[in-house]
Amino acid sequence: MSEEVAAEGHGPRTEPSDGSEADLVSGADEPLLSVENLTTQFDTGEGVVRAVDGVTFEIREGEILGLVGESGCGKSVTSRSLMSLVPSPGSIVDGRVEFQGEDLLERSEEELRQVRGQDISMIFQEPMSALNPVFDVGWQIGEPLRVHENLSTAASRTRAVELMQRVGIPSAEDRVDAYPHQFSGGMRQRAMIAMALACEPDLLIADEPTTSLDVTIEAQILEIIEELNERQNMAVFLITHDLGVVAEVCDRVAVMYAGRIVEYGDVVDVFTDPRHPYTKGLLDCVPDPRRQQESFDPIEGQVPDLVSPPAGCNFAPRCPFASRDCERTDPSLREVDDDHYSACIWEDPS
Amino acid sequence: MTEQHHDGRHGDGRLSVLRRALALYGRLDTGAQLSLWIVVGVITMAIAAPVLAPYDPAAQDYEASLSGPSMEHPLGTDLTGRDILSRLIFGTRASLKVGLVAVGMAIAVGVPLGSFAGYVGGWTDEVIMRAMDVVISIPALVLGLAIVGTLGAGLINVIAVVAIVYSPQYARLIRGSVLSEKEEEYVTAAENTGLRDTSILVKHILPNAMTPVLVQATYHVATAIILEASLSFLGLGVQPPTPTWGVMISSGRQYLPAEWWISTFPGLAIMVTVLAFNILGDGLRDEFDPRSVTGQEGGA
Repeated sequence: MSEEVAAEGHGPRTEPSDGSEADLVSGADEPLLSVENLTTQFDTGEGVVRAVDGVTFEIREGEILGLVGESGCGKSVTSRSLMSLVPSPGSIVDGRVEFQGEDLLERSEEELRQVRGQDISMIFQEPMSALNPVFDVGWQIGEPLRVHENLSTAASRTRAVELMQRVGIPSAEDRVDAYPHQFSGGMRQRAMIAMALACEPDLLIADEPTTSLDVTIEAQILEIIEELNERQNMAVFLITHDLGVVAEVCDRVAVMYAGRIVEYGDVVDVFTDPRHPYTKGLLDCVPDPRRQQESFDPIEGQVPDLVSPPAGCNFAPRCPFASRDCERTDPSLREVDDDHYSACIWEDPS
Repeated sequence: MTEQHHDGRHGDGRLSVLRRALALYGRLDTGAQLSLWIVVGVITMAIAAPVLAPYDPAAQDYEASLSGPSMEHPLGTDLTGRDILSRLIFGTRASLKVGLVAVGMAIAVGVPLGSFAGYVGGWTDEVIMRAMDVVISIPALVLGLAIVGTLGAGLINVIAVVAIVYSPQYARLIRGSVLSEKEEEYVTAAENTGLRDTSILVKHILPNAMTPVLVQATYHVATAIILEASLSFLGLGVQPPTPTWGVMISSGRQYLPAEWWISTFPGLAIMVTVLAFNILGDGLRDEFDPRSVTGQEGGA
């Protein structure tokens, strides 16, 4: 048995951790948000789909954590699960979402409403449809203040102007009465950010905030997010499929594949020394405009059907380094370096 | 604050509503604009009937019985010498009461039921919408006969019939529109802001989902006026001597060959009013529904 494995090996193997992933991942300080074994599934006609399958990570105070992965890997469902707003027919079946030391999943609906928009707020991919077309922008930016701080309409409008100035919307006094369709895409996303900032949240969840924007506007929006992160010490959970965005703004990154986090650690560590074959594959797919590239190295194969996922590692069917062990054992996150975790049985497959 | 006039966007909420209403009026076609004025005229007649009517609608003048249109009585008089024009003006009240109050009640019942069903979904949706299907299968005139037969004739009962018959249609209409609106991202955004479900439905979804309801309402006001006239003509609606268009047509029908004016003018009044509401509804639908293209009838 051991000879067979050694024969097809790719360097040293990782040691499965004794404790849970949560014990492994948790840092020294009390994190702002700590997610443990979060499992969200959808009861579809074809069977139960585990869109988020035992995900564990944490967001420290004032940091920007990136979550990357392909479309459909469970990034957005993870973010919705943090807010306990999983769209039907989905439900959170297991895990803990500890925010400032308290499990959000055990809170009542009423208590959760106090958290949403006040302690944790969210911005979205499509700023056009995320703003209500029939109300002016000022009314919408002021809404969290009316909900959580009982401000009057007039007072919330005054604060909306300040917030719009803070996110760099020019002539905010005039534009506070404008409707969303009178704003450009970039301005709408700024307005969404202003709305998310209204109650000075401790955590901002940004679900692909720049995907629908031009690169130049994207840079501006990311700059605003970074600046707010620094100035207000607001932690950011940035969901994206763009590795360039992650490299630019994030402190740490979690790579997600088929409902699981496969690699997790400091952005520099993960990008310069990727340990999981999927992360390696993803990085090989990024086009470099300054390099004349003959062809890309796409990851072979398809994302597994989550109704009946593979018995072993989810990535094994597409993995160039897969061994027979990979098809049998389901690797959880293991420490491969200082604050660097990978869910692969190999320490550094190559 | 002094430089607030260089673009047309801002101003306080009321002003911008007025400005949007004016812009909407400008976009309507000529027929719909004209219809709007007719509708406004009919509503004015109903409100200002005592001022506008030259005679008391119930005042009998046997000297002038069955006299044709003249200077004193522009639209003639009926058997008991009552002025047709005055009765016609007062008759707008019954027609509009049925049209507006009944359709308003139908909306008041149908919209909450339908929007709740659409927003909550599941079993609640099934139960509410199947109940609506039952109501929708009852023919209006038959239900009218049944209600009037048991509760007696009268304006209130006519209004009740119209409200019951039309409410399921509003429930269906708003449900469909809520179903599509609730998938919009602004609803997710509102959930993430910490709003209650009821506020999300009432404050965010309904303002976006109401447009088809308002368009449908203009059609329904027209058909409600016809239904009131039909029931009154049959003697099941508003009772004499209250002047209503249906009663007037009914009372003039035996004199039609010679004294044509008794039935003809109320008939024309119904036709013009109903047409005006319908054309206005068409105009509004063209404006709000991107699928129907104005001025292009299509080849089918």
